[in-house]
Amino acid sequence: MMTMITLMRGSVMKIHGLSSASRCLAAEGGVRGLSSSSGPRVCIVGGGPAGFYTAQQLLKARQDAAVDIYERLPVPFGLVRFGVAPDHPEVKNVINTFTQTAQHERCSFHGNVNVGKDVTIDELRQAYHAVVLSYGAEGNRSMGIPGEDLPGVFSAKDFVGWYNGLPSNKELHPDLSFETAVILGQGNVALDVARILLAPVEMLKETDITQNALEALAGSKVRRVLIVGRRGPLQIACTIKELREMVNLPNTRADMLPADFEGIAEALKDLPRPRKRLTELMMKAVKEGGDDKAEKCWGLRFFRSPVEVLAGADEKRAAGIRLALNKLEGSGESVRAEVTGQLEDVDCGLIISSIGYKSIPIDPAVPFDPRRAIVPNEMGRVQDTAGLYCSGWVKRGPTGVIATTMNDSFDTARVLIQDMEAGKLDLSVNKPGAQAITALLQTRGVRMVLFSQWEKINAEEEKRGKSLGKAREKLLDVDEMLKIAWS
Amino acid sequence: MSACALRVFLQRAAVTRKAAHQTFSQTRAFPQCVTGSYTHSRGINTLTNSLRAEEKVTVHFLNRDGKRISVKALTGESLLDIVVNNDLDIDGFGACEGTLACSTCHLIFEEAVYKKLGRISDEEMDMLDLAYGLTDTSRLGCQVCLRKDLDGMILHVPDVISDARVDSEKESSTAPPKV
Repeated sequence: MMTMITLMRGSVMKIHGLSSASRCLAAEGGVRGLSSSSGPRVCIVGGGPAGFYTAQQLLKARQDAAVDIYERLPVPFGLVRFGVAPDHPEVKNVINTFTQTAQHERCSFHGNVNVGKDVTIDELRQAYHAVVLSYGAEGNRSMGIPGEDLPGVFSAKDFVGWYNGLPSNKELHPDLSFETAVILGQGNVALDVARILLAPVEMLKETDITQNALEALAGSKVRRVLIVGRRGPLQIACTIKELREMVNLPNTRADMLPADFEGIAEALKDLPRPRKRLTELMMKAVKEGGDDKAEKCWGLRFFRSPVEVLAGADEKRAAGIRLALNKLEGSGESVRAEVTGQLEDVDCGLIISSIGYKSIPIDPAVPFDPRRAIVPNEMGRVQDTAGLYCSGWVKRGPTGVIATTMNDSFDTARVLIQDMEAGKLDLSVNKPGAQAITALLQTRGVRMVLFSQWEKINAEEEKRGKSLGKAREKLLDVDEMLKIAWS
Repeated sequence: MSACALRVFLQRAAVTRKAAHQTFSQTRAFPQCVTGSYTHSRGINTLTNSLRAEEKVTVHFLNRDGKRISVKALTGESLLDIVVNNDLDIDGFGACEGTLACSTCHLIFEEAVYKKLGRISDEEMDMLDLAYGLTDTSRLGCQVCLRKDLDGMILHVPDVISDARVDSEKESSTAPPKV
């Protein structure tokens, strides 16, 4: 058996995913199998797409590298699990490749570890040759307007977290008993929220949406969703697939303002194909509107910025939003919105602010740029801090799809490998890696969740889902996750 | 150990094209060569099919590093299948496993070959629109199936957007989407 395996390892020249051979030998934080204990040890902070793709590239490029991924939650995959909409399961296929990476013999996943609280970055830097920050953006940009904290106003991050089972959003209880919802922002997240609010329950009931969200949506009185942007149709940030899904949504019609589209038809011919197709689809929606008898509607509203959330007569919750009307100045890529002084009030009981996620600093030892809300870096090398790298949203800001993060993570991994090969990282020093960190965490009463233990949580979620006719029923409670992981 | 037996043993974990979290079925524009959800493992099929030499076609991938990778493949396979089955070293190719949920299998064709290809669906076009370095002869590899008359075609693997070339403060309208 061993000779056959050695033969195979020699013949597997290029790894597209990871060979079944090394997967057979997958070990869990214990015996490392065939890998050398004197190879580079790298620590990755964050178990989302950035973390996994960075790990993948490192493992592929260096056959002697050992990579450990630390994740705060007991469950891996970050926004692939908590951000991607329940009705977009294909986007979650990347979980397959992440799973292969986690099961690689030279990779270990450590869940339930809060870096910055349970262990510091400095402690990690002592235990590893290199540390990569891939912890994403867990905060959100605030609108910065009066009334923003009134009940009825949510960040898209929290609303999405609620229907996707993020433990910290399980008590959100959004009140869906109002006819009109206003979403600020017109990116794909905003469109996801609009679609989930208006989709027929039949479309959602077999997905991995949480049961309480499904029930809340089944009883929802929301019939009209306005998606508001401060600039014009040519600046809309969403992509055509998501817009097409809105246009094709059963039982809904589009409610647009033709005035918002003045001059757009003339501009079409000069647009690059992607922008042109997107704009043409919007114009089609303006013209055709959709089924007049449809009881639900959605609309894009342009040239409008939120200036105040208006409270109801009882002053206790949001009842409307005041929007300032803008005009556009400049042209091409540097078009900006400028106030005109005109205002418009919209009655609504649900306001969702979808203007961007935001990274936060997790450790005072790590440089942080509060203006751009990222870790300052040069091509993924953290400024002024040898041996510290970053990838994903914490490196470039919270934009881009999974593939964008994938390429970015590959870039960081390559830079790290370059530094190893150029001697910028001293690999001659033996680093203890996970052994030391595990021991340290033990003295602090922190117990980790290994990948095989996540798989128990995974199996339980699939089992519960099956009994409800759904892809999975996510566990919402961290304690419950831990109980199952460690059972 | 013979190459055939080795390949069988080396049966890659079947790349499950079914969604990792499969839910209600939404019709997707799969290419003609692909029918239904294809979770069958590739190993055995490739082995028996490799014995039928006349259905083999050669394609050349011009990789990002300038290297040409020539591969013999079977008619009917999608270009994504070919990359996966042959473990071609193309970073990040086919992230969504052929379900039209990404643009990482973006390939650029020679003009004459491009004109011979099958119809492009709206769904493919929608995802292709997001690809970096989109050209007039671009297609998504998962939607193009090999035919005899495509023998010898050269597929250019486009560069992907990378750190050094992007100033995130200033994005062009052809840049990847916001989120």
